[in-house]
Amino acid sequence: MRVLKALIAVLALVVIALVAAQVPGGQSLLGRVLPYVAFAIFLGGFVQRVVYWAKSPVPFRIPTTCGQANSLPWIQQNKLDCPSTKAGVVGRMVLEVLLFRSLFRNTQAEVQQGPRLIYGSSKWLWLFALLFHYTFLVIVLRHMRLFTDPIVPFVHSLEFFDGLFQVGAPVLYQSDLIFMGAITFLFVRRLVLNNIRYISLPADYFPLFLIFGIGLTGILMRYFLRVDVVAIKQLTLGLVTFSPVINGQIGTIFFVHLFLVCALMVYFPFSKLMHLGGVFMSPTRNMANNSRMVRHVNPWNDPNIKPHSYASYEDEFREFMVDAGLPVEKEMPAAQEKSAE
Amino acid sequence: MYGKGRIIPALLIFLGLMTFPLWYNAGFAHQAPKPEKPAEYKECVRPTQEMRTSHMVMLNQWRDDILREDGARKGVTADGTEYVRSLQNGCMHCHANKKKFCDTCHTYTAVKPYCWDCHLEPKEAM
Repeated sequence: MRVLKALIAVLALVVIALVAAQVPGGQSLLGRVLPYVAFAIFLGGFVQRVVYWAKSPVPFRIPTTCGQANSLPWIQQNKLDCPSTKAGVVGRMVLEVLLFRSLFRNTQAEVQQGPRLIYGSSKWLWLFALLFHYTFLVIVLRHMRLFTDPIVPFVHSLEFFDGLFQVGAPVLYQSDLIFMGAITFLFVRRLVLNNIRYISLPADYFPLFLIFGIGLTGILMRYFLRVDVVAIKQLTLGLVTFSPVINGQIGTIFFVHLFLVCALMVYFPFSKLMHLGGVFMSPTRNMANNSRMVRHVNPWNDPNIKPHSYASYEDEFREFMVDAGLPVEKEMPAAQEKSAE
Repeated sequence: MYGKGRIIPALLIFLGLMTFPLWYNAGFAHQAPKPEKPAEYKECVRPTQEMRTSHMVMLNQWRDDILREDGARKGVTADGTEYVRSLQNGCMHCHANKKKFCDTCHTYTAVKPYCWDCHLEPKEAM
């Protein structure tokens, strides 16, 4: 049911785009107005979310420690998994952001005969997540051929290596195949593994379907239905130079593709996809575990409230404590004791 | 807001990257490509819109047909004109200038077809 909800939502988006592209004026709305709105929501929402996160105080050092902390000189510290310096944190973050190291450390629990619980390494999620994200990056960068004129130089080499095998015309991009394969894996994984399916929500399936839809319409557009690329570039280049025009016939499939991309941009800042910014903002990852070396003062402490040690607390309340029969570290002075009686 | 010193520059870099096409294109004059059309012929082998979107598929098909399947080297258009199914002798018969025809759109959209790995570009009359 949770899968169906997400699927229906994406199909509804496709239908909306299909209908809107046929209605007079609809293409203009989808092609010349909506992208600006979606892009503004994307940027605004992204900044707002990051600022919102930055407003939350993180008074304590809460990094996840996955290895030996800095200790005595003869105990070897795990500098990446329990960093105590800035360099260690940067190293940990770089590996996390570029190579998804925490997924690489993923384990899988399995109950075998006995019954015996066995933990094994499980690299599939890491592998396909990495493939998915990097091919997505390649695809986005390749799209710069539609948004820059003169075309940025790296696009040519990307195009060359992506279509290295020269299969068919227009040449097949390997990144397209890997991308669709990887996202299918990420989706099937959620369906097939019982424990993952149990914790999956429509908000997990929706972005998968949406991105799958974007990939599928893109592939249809390039290899099967085919569209007038020059007319499309006139529109896309027009969008980034603030003079969008729709010349000639642009296929309906393009508007479906564009509408789904706009939906993704609008959805992005309000969803789990914000891990793009979130990975940098995670206090469990971006802090050094140095609580034993540096004194961290809670930034929102009230400066008017002075420290109150137990000794001074007892000094203040000793009389009442003795009266109540509570144990005290320092007995009442003899003279006072008498007067109290 | 905490960590202003790091977060604000990072956000600015993010915004700069995201809006890259907006400021990159600003300094250039943009012109849609105008491929030169042959003077003596009015019609191509297929309708214009189909040629615009799918000429590469047709060329690929010709190649496979003729070189790998021993297919016909001649074709007939809708209105009965006979043509040669060939890039150099067919297409380039009318669209004689690669630079003024093929390259205009291909350069505009960063397409580098591998036709010319084997085929020769017709030389200009000198």
